[in-house]
Amino acid sequence: MAKVHVSTTVNGQPMDVLVEPNDSLLDTLRDGLGLTGTKEGCATGDCGACSVMLDGRLVCSCLVLGAEAEGKTIDTIEGVADGDGLHIIQQKFLEHAALQCGICTPGFIVAAKALLEREPNPDETTIRYWLAGNLCRCTGYDKIVRAVQDAANELASPA
Amino acid sequence: MAEAVDLKAIGTRPVRPDGVEKVTGRANFGADLNLPGMLHGKILRSPHAHARIKSIDLSGALAVDGVLAAISGEDIPGGGDLGDNVLANEKVLYHGHAVAAVAATSAYIAEQALDQIQVEYEVLNPVLSIDDAIADGATLVNESQHTNGDTSQPASNIAAITKFERGDIDKGFAEAAVVAEGEFRVPTAHQGYIEPHACTATINEEGKATVWCCTQGQFDVRSMTANCLDKQVSDIRVIPSEIGGGFGGKTTIYLEPVAVKLSEISGRPVKMVMSREEVFRATGPTSATLCRVKVGAKSDGTITAATAWLAYEAGAYPGAPVGPGCMSVLAPYELENFKIEGHDVLVNKPKVAAYRAPGAPQSMHAMECAIDDLARKLEMDPIELRLKNAADEGTIAPYGPQFPAIGLRACLEAAKVHPNYTTPPAEGQGRGVAVGFWFNIGMQSSAEIRIAENGAVTIMEGSPDIGGSRASMCLMAAETLGIPYENINAHVGDTEATGYCNTTGGSRTTFATGMAVIEACEDIIAQCKERAALTWDLDVNQVDWEDGQAVPKPGVNADVKPLSLADIARSAGRTGGPLLGRASLNAQGPGASFSVNWTDVEVDRETGKVDVMAFTGVQDAGRAIHPSYVEGQMQGGAVQGLGWALNEEYIYDANGVMENAGFLDYRVPVTSDMPMIDTQIVEVPNPSHPYGVRGVGETPIVAPLAATSNAVRDALGFRINDLPLSPPRVLAAIDENE
Repeated sequence: MAKVHVSTTVNGQPMDVLVEPNDSLLDTLRDGLGLTGTKEGCATGDCGACSVMLDGRLVCSCLVLGAEAEGKTIDTIEGVADGDGLHIIQQKFLEHAALQCGICTPGFIVAAKALLEREPNPDETTIRYWLAGNLCRCTGYDKIVRAVQDAANELASPA
Repeated sequence: MAEAVDLKAIGTRPVRPDGVEKVTGRANFGADLNLPGMLHGKILRSPHAHARIKSIDLSGALAVDGVLAAISGEDIPGGGDLGDNVLANEKVLYHGHAVAAVAATSAYIAEQALDQIQVEYEVLNPVLSIDDAIADGATLVNESQHTNGDTSQPASNIAAITKFERGDIDKGFAEAAVVAEGEFRVPTAHQGYIEPHACTATINEEGKATVWCCTQGQFDVRSMTANCLDKQVSDIRVIPSEIGGGFGGKTTIYLEPVAVKLSEISGRPVKMVMSREEVFRATGPTSATLCRVKVGAKSDGTITAATAWLAYEAGAYPGAPVGPGCMSVLAPYELENFKIEGHDVLVNKPKVAAYRAPGAPQSMHAMECAIDDLARKLEMDPIELRLKNAADEGTIAPYGPQFPAIGLRACLEAAKVHPNYTTPPAEGQGRGVAVGFWFNIGMQSSAEIRIAENGAVTIMEGSPDIGGSRASMCLMAAETLGIPYENINAHVGDTEATGYCNTTGGSRTTFATGMAVIEACEDIIAQCKERAALTWDLDVNQVDWEDGQAVPKPGVNADVKPLSLADIARSAGRTGGPLLGRASLNAQGPGASFSVNWTDVEVDRETGKVDVMAFTGVQDAGRAIHPSYVEGQMQGGAVQGLGWALNEEYIYDANGVMENAGFLDYRVPVTSDMPMIDTQIVEVPNPSHPYGVRGVGETPIVAPLAATSNAVRDALGFRINDLPLSPPRVLAAIDENE
């Protein structure tokens, strides 16, 4: 099959990439653009390790075709820390030891950032339901939920 | 032993050294490596649970444009059962068993080429349960398997029988005022690591191979791969990536010899990554089990006798963790009379692999449910009953050795007064208690400490870091050297870059590799004292090491300024060369870890759904080096145990095909299923470790099964023996009982 030319914007930068028609956006990011921070845990939309923002909407990149990125804006884990340092959510994940192996962490951080942009002051239940699409097998979720709560508090009233 | 006086670094909660890499997406995991000219390998898997392979024809695949290599079982000449599991030889033994493999210029071409491989099978009856496997006249999974290797007996699906016995059980039960017993089934569960198995391999014209992979043990990957390919360990270099979870499941190999062989034939690097479906169908889950237990006690609660008959599914090859199942089933109790018998049973399912405290959750689920029933019959608090019988320092464990200082009693005492326990469960909820145990292991480790010219410390060791162990290594080094944690970094080396370390497993890393790091730091201190003595023209016996610097001993008349690690490092060229500390050891005395857990549940009587409302874990860590990561082990293990108790199971059809091979249908707990997981760390120092460390990672998965089962018993007023306590099972039991 002939490859498809895709022009897209990833983490604020315009990018061009050739994709197989059946490549997922996850394949395109990882193999086409070398952005391996986005992880594959299942490729069926069940684990959330491949979470990215597509035109401002949280998606599993394994369920989107690479060709669908044409003209779209994509934000991945590699773009979460701006040039000035870690995002507050990244900092809180570290402080709370909210990761063990770390394979699910990029997806959780992208999803948590999306939550706090939409709902700056979520209660525990809201956090738990928003993150229910992201599987973590190491932490039992306790420290992840606390890290997101703490990040929300700090964003609401910066120290 | 260095008693924990004035610990400065140990017990603090700094950010892990590999943290920034992991929250920014920079950390490289198994599937993240790409090499120039790399091919993609894919595996053809058996469509049958049990069949004889009559022929394999690879020519169709080799004819596909872009395919550069294709192999089958005969290309993996060694490795015994492991090699046969990597690529089947005479028979396929489970649905999903690897049969052949191809390497092609793209993953799509490789997958399409698999369809062109012709395999002729003679389909056989599959053996799909313990009951079927041990029945008279059962189909044999392996026609040459005899129980315990005794060829005077007919071939059998029971690969081995293990027994532990003490005292007189008839006399013991005769003394009992009350007896509890039952038959309990626990289903197959998968480790469920989020990162699928992945590796990339390349081999050069001299036959030297390099393998990059996600593993719990690069040295075991090296020896296993060498065995499968009839190579020497020195022919293979294994470079471990970051590892995306393992829980025991990445202590073995599946892809590595295949990738090396495909690379050898094609002359190109070959990358192989499993799909999630392949992970479920063909990598080690843990055993489904059938356990029959009985326990009796006097009216004051003293346990007089217990029996356990255990059968564990091994999958297609011998090696179920029934030995540790037998050894753990009564480990928390001091009792005179018991009989334990374990069976390692072959079935046509994937070869089981280690899963966190392998074997203990299943047998202890049965016994801890029976102990709970005993407490009800005695009208005793379940913690009081366990305190009455708790193993303690000096107890001869049922599996032989005498316990040194252990923390079971301390955990029970802490649980008894814990506010989560003294507060009764809310109206309509049930509460269940259980005890957990794991042996922990020591074994071989090596570590090197290198000091940069500015005094910065690099630890090089060989234990893949699966949950924050590099932070623990840095903390123990900071404590020993007397320098700030921030000045230290830790790395996991490949098989050529670091000394031998046994696999990360058995909760050994912080204990054993930690001990090697501590000894390597002591080596550095000894060298620094020598360098300072040389600089000051003193005898080395006149020099002390205090707070990270060399100082003259009290009373030594020397007008000198203390020399810091950086001072000594800076001038190392003039005092004997670079500072390099090292240690290697075979760590003894790992120290068993006990826990007490309780679960509070609410049962929806209309749907059968069980909700976990609260969970508390109390566990002896010996010494918590980084308390956040100890809590994390307790919380993560608890939620894996809760998932196993409530929902997780392999569901097979009548042909032995797993029907739920994906995260949608094999549903592990998600954030919204769980409450906060409360933890309390108890510290009864392990006398065999300089800072008192015990392994902590495995014990947490053990007790949640029975604690949750006992909580559902409490909520419903009757017991459901089998797991998982999923809505269909609970609803059926409610209908039957009402």
